[in-house]
Amino acid sequence: MAELDTSGGGHKKKGPGVKKGKKLSTRVDLTPMVDLGFLLITFFIFTTTMSQPTALKLLMPDDKVKPEEQNKAKESGALTILMGADNHVYYYEGQLKTDASNFLSASYNGENSIRDVIMKKKAYVRSIAQDPNDPEHDLVVVIKPSQYCTYKNVIDILDEMSINVVKKFALVDIFETEEQLIKISDDSAKPSSN
Amino acid sequence: MGRAKLPRKSTNIDMTAMCDVAFLLLSFFILTTKFKPSEAIAVTTPSSVSSKVAPNKDFVLVTIDKDGKVFLTIDDKEKRTLVVNSLNASKNLGVDVAKFKAADFIGASFGELNSFLSVAPENRKGNALPGIPCKDTTNNEMIDWMRAVSEAYAGEKMDLLLKGDNLAKYPSFKGVMTAFKRNDIQKFQMVTNPENAPVGSELYKKSMNGEKQENN
Repeated sequence: MAELDTSGGGHKKKGPGVKKGKKLSTRVDLTPMVDLGFLLITFFIFTTTMSQPTALKLLMPDDKVKPEEQNKAKESGALTILMGADNHVYYYEGQLKTDASNFLSASYNGENSIRDVIMKKKAYVRSIAQDPNDPEHDLVVVIKPSQYCTYKNVIDILDEMSINVVKKFALVDIFETEEQLIKISDDSAKPSSN
Repeated sequence: MGRAKLPRKSTNIDMTAMCDVAFLLLSFFILTTKFKPSEAIAVTTPSSVSSKVAPNKDFVLVTIDKDGKVFLTIDDKEKRTLVVNSLNASKNLGVDVAKFKAADFIGASFGELNSFLSVAPENRKGNALPGIPCKDTTNNEMIDWMRAVSEAYAGEKMDLLLKGDNLAKYPSFKGVMTAFKRNDIQKFQMVTNPENAPVGSELYKKSMNGEKQENN
């Protein structure tokens, strides 16, 4: 195919004065070229971005509905997650007690992760459910990001909702008292954090 | 009786065919590779388990960079004209429509918009730009921007995307969400990097059972 035939078809007689040139093989070793070709192929295969950015959908509730038409969450099924600075995450079940005794700390991953907390809450809601057809009816997760947390924290928690298949969740503005509580907890965690 | 002598065969393999295939594949991959367009605003998006691919044309994109500065991108040039005309009318900005139409993104307050547009596009880099003010509840210009955008898209489906940096603080995100809510935009999508559902989680079990992820 790519080899040129230089043997010269048939031995033509050359003139008497013509010198015969030294016959060099025009066969080129293609192996390095193939090597290079495949190297480049692997490079382009690996750099081709297969992972297109995905989109996480979020539906916001309409603020304008009257308070009496809003969904009321049952205390037994409510879980509130609060996000603080430096990837701190806190939660409480039901309503926040005045002495803040049910204000607990969790983490985004690893030990005592927020995922375990949500799973536990789900199991609990299922165990006390009255309607067997819809055992998770009462589960409502309230997400309250504080002004210290990052965008990533919010996405992580929203992602946690889809990971744990929580159908009802809401992104709610934080109360002043809760924000102070987060600030205190964040500050107290700072010296001991490693 | 002598056996017929087998002609000695060369062990040289003809590489030409392999070379052809290699370069065919190479040219395919070179041509299909889409290089990432150099972005004026550097943003590292967080990951999520969402499997829905983000739309890549005719979108309206709100970008929040790592310092919490907000930028607006309108992909559709026709809509840009509508937006700037309505803002020129309501805010009396006197912005050059042609310049606005050529701008890939907007990252300045109404007062600084003209000077922003007079800068050459290649010099508009995210870290030097002021961004659209939205953190302050009394001066949230995103509300006006989103009003103009939702008017431009009235009666049509709008792909509203929000692309935030990992390190962006929540107040800018909240300011943007307030702007959406004020204009009755309840539905938007957040651009993320795909990641797999953690092993053992409920979503993981669902996907193992062959259930499709719901996108509500």
